[in-house]
Amino acid sequence: MSIASRQVSARLAAGESILRMSEAEAEVVEGVIDPEDETMIMNMGPQHPSTHGVLRILLELNGENVLRSKPIIGYLHTGMEKTAESLTYVQGATNVTRMDYASPLFNELAFSLAVEQLLGIEIPERATWIRMMMTELNRMASHLLFLASNGMDLGAVGMMLYGWKEREEILRFFETVTGLRMNHNYIRPGGVAADLPDGWEDGVARILVALPKRLEEFDTLMTGQPIWRDRTQGVGLITTPEAVALGATGPILRSTGAAWDLRRDQPYLAYDQVDFDVVVGTYGDTFDRYAIRLNEIRESMRIVEQCLEMMPTGDYRTQDPKVTPPPRARIDESMEALIHHFKIFTEGFHVPEGEAYAAVESPRGELGCYIVSDGSPKPLRMHIRAPSFVNLQTVPHMLTGGMIADAVAIISSVDPIMGEVDR
Amino acid sequence: MTEEPQVVPEEVAAETPSDVPDHGVPRTGEGHQVALYPTAGEYLDLIERLYDEGYVMCVDLLGVDYLEYPDRKLPEGVTPGRFEVVVNLVDLEAHRRIRVRVQLPGDDPRLPTLTHLHPGTEAMERETYDMFGVVFEGHPDLTRILLPEDWEGHPLRKDFSLGRIPVQFKNPVQGGDR
Repeated sequence: MSIASRQVSARLAAGESILRMSEAEAEVVEGVIDPEDETMIMNMGPQHPSTHGVLRILLELNGENVLRSKPIIGYLHTGMEKTAESLTYVQGATNVTRMDYASPLFNELAFSLAVEQLLGIEIPERATWIRMMMTELNRMASHLLFLASNGMDLGAVGMMLYGWKEREEILRFFETVTGLRMNHNYIRPGGVAADLPDGWEDGVARILVALPKRLEEFDTLMTGQPIWRDRTQGVGLITTPEAVALGATGPILRSTGAAWDLRRDQPYLAYDQVDFDVVVGTYGDTFDRYAIRLNEIRESMRIVEQCLEMMPTGDYRTQDPKVTPPPRARIDESMEALIHHFKIFTEGFHVPEGEAYAAVESPRGELGCYIVSDGSPKPLRMHIRAPSFVNLQTVPHMLTGGMIADAVAIISSVDPIMGEVDR
Repeated sequence: MTEEPQVVPEEVAAETPSDVPDHGVPRTGEGHQVALYPTAGEYLDLIERLYDEGYVMCVDLLGVDYLEYPDRKLPEGVTPGRFEVVVNLVDLEAHRRIRVRVQLPGDDPRLPTLTHLHPGTEAMERETYDMFGVVFEGHPDLTRILLPEDWEGHPLRKDFSLGRIPVQFKNPVQGGDR
């Protein structure tokens, strides 16, 4: 089977499953049953608990069946890309980390990689491995949050507590490393903010020892359970050509059987030196998307284990004086060092002119950062290619022909984070 | 110096720019940073040809406003415009990545839509329209996506004044001065 076809593109572009209706129009006809064809426009969200924040979906229903739908977004839009234009590269990571708040380290990583690409600097090996370990732990935390919310959306309320609890263990480790549970601003252009603290190995080992048992429990609680399977199998189907045409990446694309993972296919950091498998599904349904995320936690644990064994010694950030301030001790004895330190934190460092795009595999798909620099300490344009923003377009196609009760399962399986959708 | 050919690792070989035909338009960059510079007229045709060549997924489409930076570096033969639309394409089988950068004038920037070929660009084109006012001809639903329907202006334009626009509520509270 080919991975893309013009016919599929043309069919999707015709938009038979997309409800193209303005908000003003929707307000008039909402809840009114059209006597001609007995369809009705219904509004879901933005305050619906299963919409993961402030997603709103307009649905055209025929009884219990969904005919067409349209996601309406923008409720969380705060102009973060505009804000980025008035922040220096030193401050930039603080801004982007707030976009995908369930996996903040990935945003920082994409931003830092793009800036480093423009600067043309190499970061030390240890910094690379710290970044890799931290983002993999973050992927586990993000997928655990998915399992929790996915379970809750489908009525497995117990799952919500278990998922949050395990995620909390990882966040607790993050707190010891970065000082914060979320929005870390830990990965910065040039390396990471601080070296791993003493005893970090124990913290990681504790997570790695405790989690496998939990994952087995999740298997018992959900994977093999008939009610769970009935609710998810065959629901929200999508094929590879459809996913490719819609630009969907991450677990949605992989659930269709296409093994596309930037960690393996366009390696960044040191992913070419670690051993892991890309998890793919077969049917492209909600169950596959759930199973992929559950098993990706196991793959991430494998990577973290290898990071634990292979963590190189050395510096945690580049010693390029252009981006890294002088050490504290130097400031006491040298006026120039003090001026240099002051310049980096007030004016910021200058980034050579040019444009660069860096992409990483976030828990939701390809997370990219496009930066245009005019040679000043602030980017001329900073754009984040948010996976949730693009993945959300698959929702109308997966909802069509299904029941309204499945809408919750399907939205949940896309795992959208509204912070990065609206930016 | 030895005359022996250098051994190029497989992944690197697939990314060398010589592998990417330039289709008669200026090209820059290497590896994952290859960029092509068609004119607005050549744009759709180039994307179609790249599609046939394997660049079947459009991962990103965005706008840039170069109002304050007109003297940027561009390859020879490219006339800088105020706006630029950047399209990011991926070849899933050969693991290649390419950027298409189109220059657009400051007044009435227009481009043909890609939605018939890459339906996933629908939201991205709406966002670019919303933020920059670039009109995509033939787009099925070119409306604002992140901002309210009745918003005025395009905020990511460099001449959009910041901080002077009052918060716009659709149904202002009667009689109260906020």
